[in-house]
Amino acid sequence: MEHIAARPAPAKPPAPILRILFGDAVSALITVGVIGLIVMMLPVLDWAVFDAVWQGDAEACRAGGACWAYIHDKARLILFGIYPPDQQWRPVVVIVLILAMVVASLSPRFWNAGLALLWGGAIAVMLVLMKGGVFGMVDVPTAKWGGLPVTLLLAVLSLGMGFPLAVLLALGRQSNLPVVKGISVCVIELVRGLPLIGLLFVAAILLPLLLPSDWTIDKLGRTVAALTIFAAAYLAEVLRGGLQGLGKGQAEAAQGLGISYWKMVWHIILPQAIQKVIPPLTNTAIVMVKNTSLVMIVGVFDMLGAGRAAAGDPAWPAPFTETYLFVAAVYFAICFGISVYARWLERGVKRKSYA
Amino acid sequence: MKYIALAAVAFAAPAHAATTLETVTDRGRLICGASQGTVGFGAPDSDGTWRGLDIDTCRAVAVAVFGDKDAVDFVPLTGHQRIPALQTGEIDILPRTLTWTLQRDANGIDFTSPNYYEFTGFMLPKELGITRVEDMAGAAVCVQTGSTTEVVVADVSDKLDLGLEPVVFDNTSATRQAFFSGRCDALITDAAALASVRATQAENPDDYVIFPATDYMDALTPAVRHGDNQWKDIVTWSIEAMKTAELLGITSQNLDTFADSTDPRIRRFLGMDPGNGTSLGLQDDFAANIIREVGNYAEVFDRNVGKDSSLKLERGANALYKDGGLMFPLTFQ
Amino acid sequence: MRLLRDARVRGGLIQIALLAAVACVILWIANNTAQNLSERGIRTGWDFLDRPARFPISESVLPYDPQDSFLWAYVVGLGNTLWISALAIFGATVLGLGVGLAGRSSNPLLGGLGAGYVTVMRNLPLIVQLLFWYALATAAFPAPRAAWEPIPGVFLTQRGIFLPALPAAQLALAVALGLVAAMLLRRWRAVGGVAVFAATLILTGATVEVPELRGFTFRGGIGLSPEFAALMLGIILYTAAFVGEIIRGGIDAVAKGQWEAGRALGLTDRTTLRRIILPQALRVIIPPMTSQYLSTVKNTTLALAVGYPELGLVVNTVINQTGQAIESLLILLGVFLTISLSVSLLMNWYNARMAIVVR
Repeated sequence: MEHIAARPAPAKPPAPILRILFGDAVSALITVGVIGLIVMMLPVLDWAVFDAVWQGDAEACRAGGACWAYIHDKARLILFGIYPPDQQWRPVVVIVLILAMVVASLSPRFWNAGLALLWGGAIAVMLVLMKGGVFGMVDVPTAKWGGLPVTLLLAVLSLGMGFPLAVLLALGRQSNLPVVKGISVCVIELVRGLPLIGLLFVAAILLPLLLPSDWTIDKLGRTVAALTIFAAAYLAEVLRGGLQGLGKGQAEAAQGLGISYWKMVWHIILPQAIQKVIPPLTNTAIVMVKNTSLVMIVGVFDMLGAGRAAAGDPAWPAPFTETYLFVAAVYFAICFGISVYARWLERGVKRKSYA
Repeated sequence: MKYIALAAVAFAAPAHAATTLETVTDRGRLICGASQGTVGFGAPDSDGTWRGLDIDTCRAVAVAVFGDKDAVDFVPLTGHQRIPALQTGEIDILPRTLTWTLQRDANGIDFTSPNYYEFTGFMLPKELGITRVEDMAGAAVCVQTGSTTEVVVADVSDKLDLGLEPVVFDNTSATRQAFFSGRCDALITDAAALASVRATQAENPDDYVIFPATDYMDALTPAVRHGDNQWKDIVTWSIEAMKTAELLGITSQNLDTFADSTDPRIRRFLGMDPGNGTSLGLQDDFAANIIREVGNYAEVFDRNVGKDSSLKLERGANALYKDGGLMFPLTFQ
Repeated sequence: MRLLRDARVRGGLIQIALLAAVACVILWIANNTAQNLSERGIRTGWDFLDRPARFPISESVLPYDPQDSFLWAYVVGLGNTLWISALAIFGATVLGLGVGLAGRSSNPLLGGLGAGYVTVMRNLPLIVQLLFWYALATAAFPAPRAAWEPIPGVFLTQRGIFLPALPAAQLALAVALGLVAAMLLRRWRAVGGVAVFAATLILTGATVEVPELRGFTFRGGIGLSPEFAALMLGIILYTAAFVGEIIRGGIDAVAKGQWEAGRALGLTDRTTLRRIILPQALRVIIPPMTSQYLSTVKNTTLALAVGYPELGLVVNTVINQTGQAIESLLILLGVFLTISLSVSLLMNWYNARMAIVVR
């Protein structure tokens, strides 16, 4: 049998824009409604742009309009928290490093075992950079870490450590051994059934009670632990989708060839399963970046927490709205950036495979 | 093999639990619970250095243990975290404007020695024209959860049949933001903390009035983990050292003039006659070091909340007993 | 040795080892906890549940007084959680349907608006949105004395939104009669229902209660606190974006041929959507929609950032008042686990049933 390649339908001549917008009564109504909505939003623009105070001090801001001068003044505090200002190059390097690693990891060109090693190395370098105490860098306790580097580190650490765990959980859930399967299902469903805030509370308040009294893990470390297990459960469900899509044939073929289980997983199952679920994996990564903002509730000084603290400065007329808009803009840039980049790469892969 | 090893771990006899002093000494630093920022009691200044009355209490303990007032890290804690953090060993001392109550004392923490006496107060905008609790019927009150003030709001509202509407937050800055934005008519917390909030966070401090919410006073007292008496003694006597120094007239400035004092009480206090410090497991001159590095109670009070600070609070109940206050230094003997 | 190579034997051994390891870890944790609790003199047990809570709860659907017990305080918190979950799910579904259909619209303005909305909402953390709305609600609106009255009887202030209300009993009667009328009628259902509803209200002589400024704030009518309003607005706007995407995905999943077949039969686009597309799309939509609803319930815990007293905030307060963190957190986790697992079970049962229908 010969396959006929799918062809796109012949292009219709584009309808004139006026007919699309005002073709019939319903369209016209919708168009007018949408334009009306946009017009209603114009006062917001007034506040945000035309009446806004872009420069100057607190006094200038009491006039009304958005106080962007405050953001200008406090950007350092929101982005870096109370990290010692003279050491600021360190978190800057960490941010650049993380962004570079993310850009590299999303590109299929770099997908191999080396990447995992590279991530391990990069994370170690980041932590050393932040903490210091070696190579002549001043020691900075985690209580002084804050802002964007903390947000990004929490996301990267939880995803990086959660991924291997997720692979084990997903494989466990597919296992023929009832105990292995049962434990995996229990862990996954338990974590997915709980709100992240619940897990963060457990980590912040309860965990030290569950561990021997002479183990001390600081608050940031415990928060990372909670985020990691959370990420692992969600990633495991995504991976399960990929594993299920694979069919039993692959595993049976490998068994038939006498390939050992772990070799089969590493060389045959995982590469194919992961390839299938790249879009939902990226999605989960974005969700985790957003989720890190919840750590503010247990008192970790992430970007949101730092912004909130900065806005409490009585010298300025309570610019909370502006602060949250600024923080939102940074989150949007990161999350939207990742998703656009991932989609662009995905199109590249598809184009190549059709060619 | 694996599970035998694990079983061995699980059932092994508990290792010798280190005392807090040993843990702190091994670590080389003291870890102190701090608030999310109440200027005068504990807040980082613009350089990120923590300052305040409660902060200086921690520094005094650090001096007693290490002879170094900077050998201490401050961990900012939310209201609901502060007591679990102390119970679980995340911090060594909790000096965070903590009221000494029976329920807290009975449940996993021990109180040392009060470093501030205070009543709970309401703060309202002056323009409302209200100066006493009885006139507050129907007012919305911003409350921070995790404090004794939550119960005070309910009690006062109940007792005077005021129908107060509490608006509760889990975060200090959120509570204050809500008050200053006009979400509530009143803010409730310790009166001194209110004074701090008014002085540092109000656009115009003169627009606000503060008055007591109850007739009772609370003793704000640094706490330590339950069950380690040696550590409790160290913290207690570090605080007492500052109070006693004020009583004896010793300040960080004139400390050296006492070097050849013949007063046996001063000699014992400063460690020239040995015995006091070593009984606690410290150096004999720990009190002298505290005064040199941190100062006596009067200095600490004036610097952080009193006449040399932006809060300008009166000594009032926090004066020494001989000046009509409640501060009663214990005997160094 | 050969025994070890047998897959069954090896599998058995691995499982025994794993079980033993898990048991050991659990024992180890229990042992640590017991030791920590006794060493540090931390009180445990459930007897605190009967004691009076003594702390205030700012608003609740269930009646609450500080003299009530801690147990009742938990129940009140749970009541609030379920109440805001139900409202959020309802609101987000209605708005999400609009967003999903807007995204499929042939009108480029509306389509663009829908897509833009979804993009913005999905890329911003919910907690940032909630804090933003709350800051706006308390900063942008005037004090009660200078209340903003956009529609007569409706007051917007920093203390909340105050609406005119009908007496509850008459309103309930009118709603009930209206519904009955709508069910009995064969045509003009909506009109008939509304007519009966209105007639009942007029006949019973119901008067609208308009809020008025008394003392510090408005009394009478319906008052929505800023915490509640910000929470509802934030959570509905956020969830609607996800719901919209699910609905759009469901509609896209129905083959284009169905639309064309509908048109060929001479049905209008609206009828095709209602009678042909939606019933089929629903099957695709329901499973992701359930998990979206579940995450909405879990997301209500973020209410504690804006000070709305749902279960999370109550648990937080109880931990403060009693110091019994283990028990309080167990209650929090237990409640959410119960909700999640029971919905999951229900969904599995539903999917199994639907699977038979899909041949």
